[in-house]
Amino acid sequence: MAILIQFAIGLVFGLGLIVSGMSNPAKVLNFLDVGGISAGTWDASLAFVMAGAVAVTFIGFSRVLKLPRPFLAERFYVPTRKDIDPRIIVGPAIFGIGWGLAGFCPGPALTALGFGSSSAFIFVVAMCAGMMLARFIANLPSSARVATPTDPLET
Amino acid sequence: MIATPFTPIASLLGGALIGLAAVLLMGATGRIAGVSGIAARLFPPYEDREFAGRLAFVAGLVAAPVLVRLVTGSLPPQMIAAGTPVLIVAGLLTGFGAVWGSGCTSGHGVCGLSRLSVRSLVATLTFMATGVATVFLMRHWS
Repeated sequence: MAILIQFAIGLVFGLGLIVSGMSNPAKVLNFLDVGGISAGTWDASLAFVMAGAVAVTFIGFSRVLKLPRPFLAERFYVPTRKDIDPRIIVGPAIFGIGWGLAGFCPGPALTALGFGSSSAFIFVVAMCAGMMLARFIANLPSSARVATPTDPLET
Repeated sequence: MIATPFTPIASLLGGALIGLAAVLLMGATGRIAGVSGIAARLFPPYEDREFAGRLAFVAGLVAAPVLVRLVTGSLPPQMIAAGTPVLIVAGLLTGFGAVWGSGCTSGHGVCGLSRLSVRSLVATLTFMATGVATVFLMRHWS
């Protein structure tokens, strides 16, 4: 049952990506292309995706997090870190370059697989390799920090 | 460059669906709907027993266009200009950077900003800036 629910939630997320236009890399790149503002080719749609998503999530989280616990788990796993370390700048900086090169970020790339796109498949395979490499390097003894958690996935 | 139409209503509605999914996942599993975090945890080392649920969520993402095609008979346009070498480099950078920076567009951009997280705000501003700079260099540098 829990598995089916998470599948359904993934489905809703994927439908949102398709309806919003995020599953189309051309739309993403045209949003990031500020040089297109003067040329009239700039596509501001993605700002509306973010606005819609953040509005619903902001209101929804404030309600849901008042519950004693989630329906399928013992507790909420909400990130608590507030420090600005080098990783929170270096990681997103690298991520943004990849995003700007192809117009894919992880969610839309996975949904693009369901379009039957071979380009999306190549991107996703490379993306998974990049994820594994980052986890491998983060777990090396030399990169372990005393002051911060070593899990790079903790938001 | 391929021109795309401005779609404020559809994008707002689609964004609301993404937000709904994030709220539902938090309510059901107590977890942030960060796609990079969920996808990266499908690979070892495994720290918990949530593998099947994460795989189901990713399967839902992939199944969405299949469902759309079944119901409506067609899919919206998907235009990918990048060739294979660019896709490989872009994929590596996107995957590495998302894990290194503890999140991507969904985890930091949607969930993090909604939680008023300073780390997520820094992350979102940073990847927006390098994304804009990359597209600018690719399209307008001569």
